[in-house]
Order: sequence, then structure tokens, then C-alpha cells
Amino acid sequence: MAEPAAPAVRMRGIHKHFGAVAANAEVSLNVASGTVHGIVGENGAGKSTLMSILYGFYQADSGQIEVFGQKANIRNADDAIALGIGMVHQHFMLVDTLTALENVMLGAEPHWLIERAEAQVRSKLNALMASTGLQIPLDSLVADLPVGDRQRLEILKTLYRGAKILILDEPTAVLTPQETTQLFGVLKRLREQGNTLILITHKLKEVMALCDVVTVMRAGQVVAEVPIAVASIESLAQAMVGRKVMMGRALESPTHKGEMLLKAEHVSVTDSLGVQRLKDVTLSLHAGEIVGVAGVSGNGQSELMDVLTGLLTPHLGQLTLEGHDFTPPHWLDPSRARKLGLAHVPEDRHARALVMAFAAWESAVLGYDDLPDYSQGGWMNHSHMRQATADMMERFDVRPRDTELPSSKFSGGNQQKLVLARELGRAPKVLLVGQPTRGVDIGAIEFIYAQLRALRQKGCAVLVVSSELDEILALSDRVLVMNQGRIAGELPIAQCTEAALGLLMTGGAA
Amino acid sequence: MDEALVGSMLASTLRVSTPLIFCALAGLFSERSGVVDIGLEGKMLLAAFAAGAVGASSGSTWLALLAAIGVAVSMSWVHGLACVSHKGDQVVSGVAINIIAVGLTAVLGAAWFHQGGQTPPVGPEVRISALMPGLAQAARVLPVLGTVLGDGLLGHNALVYLALALVPLVWWVVFRTRFGLRLRAVGENPQMVDAAGVSVMRLRYTALTLNGVLCGLAGSYLVLAQSAMFSPNMTAGRGFMALAALIFGRWHPVKALWACLLFGFLDAAAIRLQGVHLPGIGEVPVQAIQALPYVLTVVLLAGFIGKSVAPKSLGVPYSKER
Amino acid sequence: MNTLPRWADLVLLPAVSLLVALLAAGGVVALVGQDPLEVIQVLVHGAFGTARGISYTLYYATTFVFTGLAVAVAFHGGLFNIGGEGQAVMGGLGTGLVALWWSAFLPAWLMLPIMMVSGALFGLAWAAVPGYLQAYRGSHVVITTIMFNFIASTVLVYVLVNHLRPKGSMSVESAPFAASAKMPGVHEALGAIGIDWPSSPLNLSVMLALLAALAVYFFLWRTRAGYRLRAVGSSPSAAEYAGVRAHRQVLVAMSISGALAGLVGMNEVAGVSGKLMLEFVSGAGFTGIAVALMGRNHPLGIVLASLLFGALFQGGAEVAFEVQGFSRDMVVMLQGFIVLFSGAMTYVIAPILARLLGWVSKPFASKTTSGAAHG
Repeated sequence: MAEPAAPAVRMRGIHKHFGAVAANAEVSLNVASGTVHGIVGENGAGKSTLMSILYGFYQADSGQIEVFGQKANIRNADDAIALGIGMVHQHFMLVDTLTALENVMLGAEPHWLIERAEAQVRSKLNALMASTGLQIPLDSLVADLPVGDRQRLEILKTLYRGAKILILDEPTAVLTPQETTQLFGVLKRLREQGNTLILITHKLKEVMALCDVVTVMRAGQVVAEVPIAVASIESLAQAMVGRKVMMGRALESPTHKGEMLLKAEHVSVTDSLGVQRLKDVTLSLHAGEIVGVAGVSGNGQSELMDVLTGLLTPHLGQLTLEGHDFTPPHWLDPSRARKLGLAHVPEDRHARALVMAFAAWESAVLGYDDLPDYSQGGWMNHSHMRQATADMMERFDVRPRDTELPSSKFSGGNQQKLVLARELGRAPKVLLVGQPTRGVDIGAIEFIYAQLRALRQKGCAVLVVSSELDEILALSDRVLVMNQGRIAGELPIAQCTEAALGLLMTGGAA
Repeated sequence: MDEALVGSMLASTLRVSTPLIFCALAGLFSERSGVVDIGLEGKMLLAAFAAGAVGASSGSTWLALLAAIGVAVSMSWVHGLACVSHKGDQVVSGVAINIIAVGLTAVLGAAWFHQGGQTPPVGPEVRISALMPGLAQAARVLPVLGTVLGDGLLGHNALVYLALALVPLVWWVVFRTRFGLRLRAVGENPQMVDAAGVSVMRLRYTALTLNGVLCGLAGSYLVLAQSAMFSPNMTAGRGFMALAALIFGRWHPVKALWACLLFGFLDAAAIRLQGVHLPGIGEVPVQAIQALPYVLTVVLLAGFIGKSVAPKSLGVPYSKER
Repeated sequence: MNTLPRWADLVLLPAVSLLVALLAAGGVVALVGQDPLEVIQVLVHGAFGTARGISYTLYYATTFVFTGLAVAVAFHGGLFNIGGEGQAVMGGLGTGLVALWWSAFLPAWLMLPIMMVSGALFGLAWAAVPGYLQAYRGSHVVITTIMFNFIASTVLVYVLVNHLRPKGSMSVESAPFAASAKMPGVHEALGAIGIDWPSSPLNLSVMLALLAALAVYFFLWRTRAGYRLRAVGSSPSAAEYAGVRAHRQVLVAMSISGALAGLVGMNEVAGVSGKLMLEFVSGAGFTGIAVALMGRNHPLGIVLASLLFGALFQGGAEVAFEVQGFSRDMVVMLQGFIVLFSGAMTYVIAPILARLLGWVSKPFASKTTSGAAHG
């Protein structure tokens, strides 16, 4: 179909590197004016990076951008706004102590006197609200607004600034189903009025319901760009997830599923904004198995880990560990967890797993400083601790073999190996691991996998949470898929196909 | 209680509160923008010295005022350089300014005027004297309210009235102007302000400049209106009391005014209550009244008499994070 | 400070900051018509050139060691304790009260330890309240400790004027303690073993200060409690992961901090004045902040920095005596510059230093995380 009008956005040959990682590699995007264009992909696919470049938060290493047919040099958010591009962020940029009206006005006040400015803005906003169907109480403090209203406020902000192209980053992440339906109504109306919408999401059902065209990204590249008419959820899911080779894995005969070591029942977590992060989650871990938790991050995996390790107390639920039952408000805590044989390799290495300013040996005893080997009567035995750290470094090949080196100076892979050495070193009964090989070089990855498999052979129960599907498939005996705070499904490894997993991950399963 | 007492209490209260009001408003601008200001004391002291030194040597009230304001603004900008342009610790910077102020004023004072750190008294033509002596005199003869009006309200100098007038003005700036809206926003969520295309640094520096001007006025008052000369350490902790009043007033100009008046009243009352036996309590030690502003602030901060919620980004250096 | 190698961060940066502060102070000195070099010469001689000078230097340093350690321990726990001034005042009060009550009845070997414990406890309590309020009620410890500084001085005045002042006396001080409450002077101790040493306020509290520095070192780096405290100060999220309760650590850090500041009473009240007076702290709490910053919050660095500041105070007094127009306030001013440049302006100085180092040697791609967050 010959397009007489220039596309709203055309990005060509976009490259963007962060260190050695290519977040965007030769990416091209064509967004036709007056359409809803979806960009889908897993974590790390590069969609957020691409949109950040469009909105001026980053500069591409190379490539060109054209907006409404004109070459554009977008150096910062101001440039983007001037071109008519608006962004509705995942994490709202609002000031809680100001009213909705004041939040919209900030930075674009038409008059230096607030009273005059408000009058002008109010009439313009009322008109906008009427034409788009976006209704929010303008004089309420943002702190008093529910999440759905806050998001509508964000959209209103961009429209007020004259945005004709709206980028929405995972807009339904925090919405209830009703609010989602309302949002769709608003977005459709915006499209009818000639606005162009770009939707970043991993929820394929929404893409099918709303978008005109879909771009699929994977590992920093565009793998498909199709009009919705010729797309299906299955084909999109497959393109997103790609062909996963199970890395030379012999499907060993499953070790005899041993006794149940950990059970969580009906766990629910609501965050401070009132959004439910975990919805009635039930799972159990048995000796001698590796359970993988797959899913796009942000679907409750972090909260699940925090609940199981005692860092977060849920609102509802029960946890059974080593015969001990825990219900809120008297939940498990990290020290108790360790004493009961539970070890935890956190997904946030920098903030949780290590104290970056501490020397390696000091980080190597984090959480275990009260062990009789390490300290007596409150007095730390430095030589024992250092020796134990040296042993850990030897066994797990942590380089450099310097127990005094500050933790921050080790490479990501070596940091992770040190953390693993620490957690595995106490022969735990249950091991919970988050993102085991994030930021880890190839050489260390296989080593880490071997360690986890060895643990399983010894009868430990291992739970691996990862946003890397490769990893989940390489390690797990069975896979739980999380979506929207629920366990969307469970599959034994033999039944894990890309299609099946993709569907569960994107909420598209029947 | 006879009107003479009420009149003189009112007069003392206003006189003592004036530097507190100037400083509290100064702190308000800085802290509302997200920058902690422990250095109010030091800036006021330096400004007082500048007013005294320049006032005595130049014989001009206006030059003295300008010098005081100039010095205070410079120190605010130093604070800004360390903490806004760079990520220096705001509390440490404030403490440093206080210590530097004590030392620098003493050194310069001794070296320039050879009077043990004092500046020579400024001449009567430099001093800021009562604004409306005629009116005050006339009011005194009125029945009943005579002394209350004459002594208490109408007999003050221009700076006292300026301080009082600044309160509604500051309120108006903070809550009714574009600058004020942006100021309040940047103290809560600087990321949002940045994303909206407004410069966080410029806002904070503007706030710091206003802060400097007000501290300059506070210092000028001490020397030009109150005691006629600078003496070492003459601020005597009033900068901290102003900070306490600001917090007590929940970072709101009018509430801070009431807090300043309350603290000023306590100060004025402390001397008068010495030796006086109150029914049921006995003799109130003057130190208890002197400590009261500080105790009240702690009680408020502990959440026992309502909540005092600071601007959310207070004390956190801003860095553009992606 | 991310790009400086560790040695530069620990040694070079404070040295450069000190240099900049000296230049600034020197500039002011020159401005008022003095010769900065002459001033420095007299100062150094005054501080170290005579036995008496050294004694005074050490005596001042002793108090600074206590207040510096107090600030450092709190910093390691992630808090800024500006209340050292008030905690030292209360410590002195505690030391003096038990001396007044019991010194007539107890021998020195009982009295002195009791005084020490009392001083430490009073200081501890004065810091524990703001610590508790921060940990459990969210009240900002910086503001509350500033308030407590003022409340402490009013309490001291009240107690002295209304209760401890001997009847008929006009001066605001208590009655003198009995001899058992006096901390022996160093010149007395040296005299007892045959060494002739000029008399000065330097007393055995200097040993106490060194012991305290040693104790703090062992506590922070050799005990589990110290380890957990430093973890909370360095990375509250990692500490939480390790099962450390942040609230409790805040309280512990402030308590220890206050106890250390309270020991100032032993040097000043027990060691020098032999009675309770008003001005025995006079700014030492704030000097402690400068000392902790210069000493990079390490006991060894604090001892050295305390010597530096002790030398400045003693040398400054000599300069005030010998050089016309100079006053001790120059030291205060220098102290302020030191706090400014080694405290707040490090982020301005460090990148410049890093670039200079890059010119001189191969650039280090190291990442050090600096100090503690301020609670």
C-alpha cells in the first residue's frame, strides 16, 4: 500500500552499546501516523532502550531518526517534546503533594501567576478530558489518587504538552482488568483523533486487541514487523522467545522426587500503591529437584523471592520450612531462614548479596558471621574467616585470589561465584537463586550451572528465578511460569516448548 | 496583668523574633528546594559582621545592608557549589560554614578594628531606628490599649515590619507563583521536574540566593537595629532556633511565623519569669524556658504532637539517573 | 570519588584537602597583614618545640580523640552525630556529679572508674534518645542532636546555678572535688618514676584516649557487633539480607558514640578542673567532626588528626601570644576550612585529583564506594 503521508516516526540503523552489551543493533522502526504500534519482546530485548533514544534520554551511537518526515536530532526530553513526542513512564513522574492540575502544568505554565495559569490550563484540560474521555479530578492531590487515575494523569500531561506521538511503557503493569479496559477505550479514542501511539509491552493479548502493527524485538534486534491482521498470539510468542536450543542437555532420568522441603500456600502481596504483586501463589519444593520460575520480570518474581527468603512479609499465606509453619505477621526472617537450612543468592548482587565496600572475606561471611567456626562469644576469628574465604575462592575459581580486595573490584562473574560459594558452602537444604548468571561471563556460566546440578544430586531443593529462558530450560526439572503475580502454569521440562512457554509468559494461554 | 507588661512583652517578642523570622524564611526557601541548611547560624553571623564593619567604616546604612546581603549570598553559593553543583554532604557543608563564620569574623574583627573582635558602634545615622515614633507616641496616650499599641506594635523599626511583611510575601511567592510551584516540586521529586524540562540546578541556586538575601537581612538587623555593633558570636544559636521554628512550622511560612513568635515570646518571658512563682509549679527556672523551643521541636519531630513531614528530596543530592 | 585508587582516597585526598584549607586560611592570614609562614613557624614551635608545648598539644588532642571517635563510630553506622558537643557536656556532668557525691568517701582507685562509667553513661543516654527517635520514630538525627546540644547547655547551667553552686559563691561552678576524684597529671606520674616534666593539664586521660581508640578499632573490625554495625552503615539492604536489624544498629551506634563523647569529662573535669564548670567542652564536639573527617573515620587516622588539631590549638595559643594581632580564632577558621574541604568539597577536589593522577600514572579503573549515608 503506497503511503502518501510520511510515517510519524522512522528510526533507521539504530545502534546503542552499553559497555560491551549491544542494547540495540541495527534497529529500524516504521510507525505509521495515526496507528497504534506495538513493540514486544522479553527483558533485555532492547525495546525500552529504543524508546529512550526516541525520547531523548539516551543518544544512539549511530543511526537516524525522522519525525513526521523531518530529520530529528533529539538530544534531550525537551527536544522530543518539541517534536510532539510524549512518554508515559512505567514509574510515574508525579509530585505527590501537588494537585493533578499542578502536575500537568509544571514546566509549561502559561503565566507566572498561578491563579491566571490555572484558569488557562483548566479550560484546556477540561476540553482535552471531554474529547478523550480521560476523566480525573483536577484538584485532588496526587497522593490521594488511585493508580489508574495517576496513569491517566500521565497521559493527560503528555497531551497537554502537545504530544501527537505517545510512547507508553508497559502501561497495564499496575492496572486492574477494569482499569485496563478503560485505558484501551482511551487509547482507541486517541487514535481516532489522529494521534500515534507506541505501546511497549510483553502482553500479547493486549497487543492483539489494540495494535495495528507489531514489531518484535529479541536480543537487541528486530526479528519481525507485521500488521496485526497477519499475526497471531502463537506466532508472536514464538518470535519473541525464539528457537531455544537446550544447551547440550541430556534429559537425565528425573531423580526420585524426595521429601517436600518448602511449601508456600496462598501467598498474596499488595504493595504500597495498592497494586497486588502476588496473587494467591502456591508452590512446593522437593529434595533433589531444580524448579525454574520463568517469566518477564516484573510479574511478581522478585516479591516471590523476598517472601520465601523472609525479606518481605506477605499479607496472606503460609510458609512451611523444615517442619516450621509461618503465617503473617510472624513471618520468616533471613536469620531464621539460614538457621533452617535455606540459602539465598539474591538477584540484586550489588545491593543485597555483597557489601561492596567490604573486603572479599568480609562479604564472604555476610549472614553467617555467627557460625561457631567464624566467631566465638561475639569475637570474630579473622584467620578462620580468611581461610574459609580462600577455600571458597579456590573451590569456585574466584579471581583474583585476593581475600582483601574490596568486593566492588571483582568482576560480575567472580562476585557471583563468591556469593554462590558462600551460600553453597553451608550445605543448604533449600537454595533460592535469582538471576544466577546476570552479568556473568560465559566461562563462569557453565561452572555455576554445574554447581547447581551438583546440589540437586546431593538432595537439595533448588529454585531458580530467571528472566533468561535459556537458563531456565538448561537447569530445570519443572518450570513454573509467572504472569501478573500468578503462577500461570507449570510444565515438566519435557513439555517445555517455546510456544507453550511463550504463551504462558505473555498471558495468552487458553 | 497590666497593659504596660503586655505592651513591653509584645515589644520584646517582636524584637527577638525578627531575626528568627528572617532566618526561618531563608531556611524555608533552601529546604523547600531540597537543600538542607544547617548553616543559617553562620551566614547570619557573617552578615552581621559585614553590616557592622561596613556600617562603621562607611557610615552608610545602605552599604552596610548591601555588604551583609552580599556576604550571606556568597556563602549560600559556596554551599550550592559543594552540594548542588557537586554531590557534597549538605549537613557537613552547613557545619563547615558555621565554624568558618565563627573563626573568620573573630579574625577579621580583631585584625581590622583592634577591639577584641568587636566592631566599633555604628553611628546613629546608620542605625535603623523606630519607623514611626510620632505615631507611637500618639498611641501611647490612648486609654486601655495605649501602651500595647504604642510600645508593643507601633514603636518598632523598619526591619521588624519588613520581617512581618515578608511572611505573606513569601507565602504568596511559594504558593501563588510559577517559581513557587516549581520550588515545591523540586523539593519533592527533582526527577519529575527535570523530565518536565526545568533545570533543577537553577531552581536550587535561585532558592539559595533568596536564602542568602534573607540571612543577610537577619544579620543586618542584629547590628543595625538591635545592638549597634558586632560582637563575637552574637548570634548565640539563633540560627538553630530559626531552623527549629521552620521545622516546627512544617516548612510553611505562616506556621513558621507563629513558631518564631512563640520562641521569641519564650525568650522574652524567660528573663521576666526569673524569680517569679507560678501557682502550682513554683519557681520556673529560666533555663527550662530557654530550652523549651528545642524541647518542643524534638517532641514534634518524635511525632508526639502531630507530624512534621519534610520535603521528600531534602538532603539527597540530585543526579540525573537513567 | 569513584575513580580514585584506594591509597589516594585514604591518604592523598585528605592531605590535599588539608593543603587547600591551609591555603585558604593562609590567604586570610595574609589578608589581615600577617605573614603566613611566620605564623606557621611559631605555631609548629609552640606545639612541639617545648615539653610544655607538647603536653598541651597532647592534652587538647585527648579530648579530640574522644569526640572524633564518637563521630566516627556513628558514621560507620550510617549516621551523622553532630551532638558530640551536648553528649560531652552531659558526660562531664555525669563525671562531676558522682565526684561531688562520693569523692570524699571513696579512694581514687574506686572513684575514678566510677566517674568514667558515669560520664560514659550520661553521654550514652544523651545520644541514645535521638538514636531511638531516629530508629523508631523516623526523627532526623541531625536535627534532634542539634537540639539536644542546646538543651544540654541549658541543663548544665541550671544544675550549676541552682544546685551545685556553693552558697554565697558568685562564680558559676561547683564546689571542688576531693583529691580522690582527680585524674593524675602526666607530670605527676612521670615525677613518680624520676622523670622531670613540666606541669600542664596533660593527665592520664591521654592513656584512656589511646585505649578508647584501640577499643573502637577492635570493636569495629574484630567483633560481630562491629561488623554488623558497619554493614548497616555501608549497605542497609545487604545488612537486611544478612538478617541484621537496622533499627537496633542505629541505637547501638548512637549509644557507643555518645559514651565516647561522654569520656571528655575525664580529661576536662577529672583531669584538669577538679570541679564542674561551664565551659569545659567549648567546641570540642565540632572539632571532633573535623577530626573524624580528616582521619577518614579510622581510629589511627583520628589519633593523628587529633594530634594535628591539638597542635593547631596549642600552637595557635602561642601565636596569639607572640604575634601581634593574631588570635586563636584563626585556628577555628582553619578548622572550618578543613571541614569544608575534606568534608563537603571532596566531590569537587576528587575528580581534579583523579585527573592529575591520570596524567602522572596509568589510570586505575577502580570503583571505591565512599563513606556512609546519613541517616
